[in-house]
Amino acid sequence: MNKDVTFALSSAGVGESVARGQLDRGGVAMNKNNSPTFTLDGKTIPFSAGQTIIQAAMATGVYIPHLCYNPEFKPHGSCKLCTVKADGRHTSSCTHQAQDGMVVESDTKEINDERRALLQMLFVEGNHFCPSCEKSGNCQLQATAYEMNMMSPHFDHFFPDRPLDASHPDYLLDFNRCILCSLCVRASRDVDGKNVFALSGRGIKSHLIVNAKSGRLADTGFSGEDKAAHVCPVGVILKKRVGFAIPIGSRSFDEQPISATPHPGPAAATLPPHPQGACPVGPRSNAATLPPHPTVKGA
Amino acid sequence: MNAPTRKLRVATTSLAGCFGCHMSFLDIDERLLELVQRVEFDRSPLTDIKTCGPCDIGIIEGGLCNAENVHVLREFRANCKILIALGACAVNGGLPAQRNHLSLSAILEEVYHAQHGLVDGFIPNDPELPLPLDKVHPIHEVVKVDYFIPGCPPSADAIWKVLTDLLAGREPELGHGLIHYD
Repeated sequence: MNKDVTFALSSAGVGESVARGQLDRGGVAMNKNNSPTFTLDGKTIPFSAGQTIIQAAMATGVYIPHLCYNPEFKPHGSCKLCTVKADGRHTSSCTHQAQDGMVVESDTKEINDERRALLQMLFVEGNHFCPSCEKSGNCQLQATAYEMNMMSPHFDHFFPDRPLDASHPDYLLDFNRCILCSLCVRASRDVDGKNVFALSGRGIKSHLIVNAKSGRLADTGFSGEDKAAHVCPVGVILKKRVGFAIPIGSRSFDEQPISATPHPGPAAATLPPHPQGACPVGPRSNAATLPPHPTVKGA
Repeated sequence: MNAPTRKLRVATTSLAGCFGCHMSFLDIDERLLELVQRVEFDRSPLTDIKTCGPCDIGIIEGGLCNAENVHVLREFRANCKILIALGACAVNGGLPAQRNHLSLSAILEEVYHAQHGLVDGFIPNDPELPLPLDKVHPIHEVVKVDYFIPGCPPSADAIWKVLTDLLAGREPELGHGLIHYD
């Protein structure tokens, strides 16, 4: 991340940003591939039609913080961590299509302060006790909080009561850590075709439920082969009996920050654009050919 | 480090913690000698001084699980120009806060009455014992905290970084590798 550029941008007014945008529009013709481009914190990012801002950024190796976005799935646009300012307006970069000449700000003090506040709210709404969590070091919530320099939860804790579901022989559900990203819901519905998970309730009462009369994972068709078993960015869906096979201190984000962790190029780079312009939903055959999400590898 | 005109006064305490953060603090090893050139200790397990006097820096390990913890925390806040939350328990309640979804009476029953081998057990009620709080709280929920060093425990290097940043008049900052919640 280029901090110098960031600070220069964040201190620039909207009018100046627009002026930069016009300059960049002029620069499009100089792009030898003649592909459209936008600028992200001053860096020129090429994109192909239908790509979202975050897809194009990731394809260029630029990190935009995110939690509910996973390049293998249709975006959900709910966590708001990937919020950027596109031509001066806040928008979710996982759902906003890139436009030629667009001026996007991401790594600025203003936006990172907002991201930190969102993270702090996620931390106090659940029970996130990292020292006793099997996912610690491989957790996207934790790693993103490190990235955003979150030193404290700031707000008062809710300390909710969320019992575990250890009914399944091979997998454990610890709802204390759920951030409602819906990746397991999307994976189970769109890839596994099982509809094991759903988000229920509204607003602050939203919670993850298991689609069985008993509400227990053991009474569903869930299995470790499912895509849904491998997409949780936090420590909710955990494989039993392997929790500390890799010791804390030697895990993905202990080795390097999440911003430096290589991310597979977005699916759209190799697949035709989605009709609605969003990230293509992985039909089973396509999803199987996509590279795994980096955070799943060591989990 | 340039020597200041006077030594800064530092107080430390462990509330609802395990002293692991203090052990990690001692892990700065020979750097302690460098530190005592710059600071002197007020109330701390290192000095056994019982009450906190006027200090420049107060370091709090542990969260709040009983009335005495709150009293000590307020004493520190009233006397320290800069208050630092040291470790997971001070920052978010940590392991003791994992009792928070249980009622206090159920916990006391379980510990002093229900468990095997507790025939004629009774819940301790000596007036000298501080009363437990209904829930365990991180310290920022009760007083203003100036700086936080997360970790269980924070590494000696993280503690050293924050202390040396403060002594040098810099805003403390932990980068990747030093900021850890586990």
